[in-house]
Amino acid sequence: MAKRETPEINSGSMADIAFLLLIFFLVTSTMDVDTGIARQLPPIPEKNAITDVEINERNVFIVLINAQDRLLVNGKPMDVDDLRESAKEFIKSDPNNPELPVVTPTKIAGINNLVNVSEGVISLQNDRGTTYGRYIEVQNELVAAYNELRNEAAFQYFGKRTFDELNEDQQESVKKIYPQRISEAEPKNVGGKK
Amino acid sequence: MAKFGNKEKKTVGAISTASLPDVVFMILFFFMISSTMREVELQIELSGSDLPQATEIKKLEKKSLVSYIYVGKPKPAFARMYGTEPRIQLNSSFADLADIYEYIMAERQQRDEAEVPFMTTSLKVHQDTKMGIVTDIKQELRKASALKINYSARKRI
Repeated sequence: MAKRETPEINSGSMADIAFLLLIFFLVTSTMDVDTGIARQLPPIPEKNAITDVEINERNVFIVLINAQDRLLVNGKPMDVDDLRESAKEFIKSDPNNPELPVVTPTKIAGINNLVNVSEGVISLQNDRGTTYGRYIEVQNELVAAYNELRNEAAFQYFGKRTFDELNEDQQESVKKIYPQRISEAEPKNVGGKK
Repeated sequence: MAKFGNKEKKTVGAISTASLPDVVFMILFFFMISSTMREVELQIELSGSDLPQATEIKKLEKKSLVSYIYVGKPKPAFARMYGTEPRIQLNSSFADLADIYEYIMAERQQRDEAEVPFMTTSLKVHQDTKMGIVTDIKQELRKASALKINYSARKRI
C-alpha cells in the first residue's frame, strides 16, 4: 500500500474561532452564583380548622418591625445588632429562669443524657411599609442565632466544630435539640403606607 | 554615530502562534464552567448590589428546579407605561399578583411529577422594596402551595 500523504490542515484560523466562542459565552452568561436564605412557608390553613392554639406567653419571642424599620422585641425597642444575642438567650432557655420558655428534658438519639429542649417559638411580624432589606436583615439574625446554637451543640455533644461537619443522624439529633421555629404572623398595615 | 549607521537587519524568527488556540480554549472552558446562562432579560432595576445582604446564606441547588420572581422598580424605559412603583416580573414580562398562581402551575407542568416537591421559588427583590408587595407574593405562593422559597441575598463581607 502506498503511503498517501495527507496535506496539513491550516490551523491559523483556529484562534479566531475560539475567540468568537469565548466572546459569545462572555456576553450571554453571568458569573454570579445564586445564594439566599432558604425558608419554608406555612401551608394555608383549612377553612374550618381551629386556629386558636393556646401558647404560653413565656414561650413566645415576639419581634415586630414597624414601617420606620424599627424593632420592638417583646415590648421593648431593640437594635438589630443586639437581636442575635437575645434570640440566642431565648432559644437556649434556662430551666431556672421563669421568664424564659418552658424546657422539657428529652431523650435525643445519639446522646446519653437527657437534653433540655425548649418550647420557644419566635414570632416575626412586619408592617407593609417595612423595607425588604431590613426584613432580610432580621430574618438573617434569627437564622444566625439558630445556626450558632446548633454549632455549639455540635461541639458540646459530638465534639465537632460546626453543624455541617456532623453526619446526617447527628444533624437530625441537633435539629431536635434546637428546632427552628420562626413563625410569621399575618401582616398588618399600621404604618399607613402601601 | 556608528551606532545609528549600523543597519544590520537582525531577523527575529516569527513567534509561533500554534498554541494560541489552546490558550483561548482554556479561557473559554473556564468561563463555560464558572458562569451560568442569563435566564431572562430584566425589565426592572435589579443589579447584584441591589439585593439585600446576609450572612446565613446557602447556595441554590438544582437550578433546573428553581422558578424566579423578580420585584423592583421598572427601568426608566418602561416607567411611562408601568410607573415607578415596584412591580413584579415573571419570565421576561411584567405581571400582576394574580399571574403568580398561573406561573407556578406552568412551571410545575414543565417538570417531572417526582421533582415537584423539590421545586423552589427564588425571590429576587430590590432591598428598598416595601414588604407589602412581598407579603402579597408570599400569600399567592401559599395559595399555589409552592412553599419552598429562597430570599435571594448576597454574602455580607
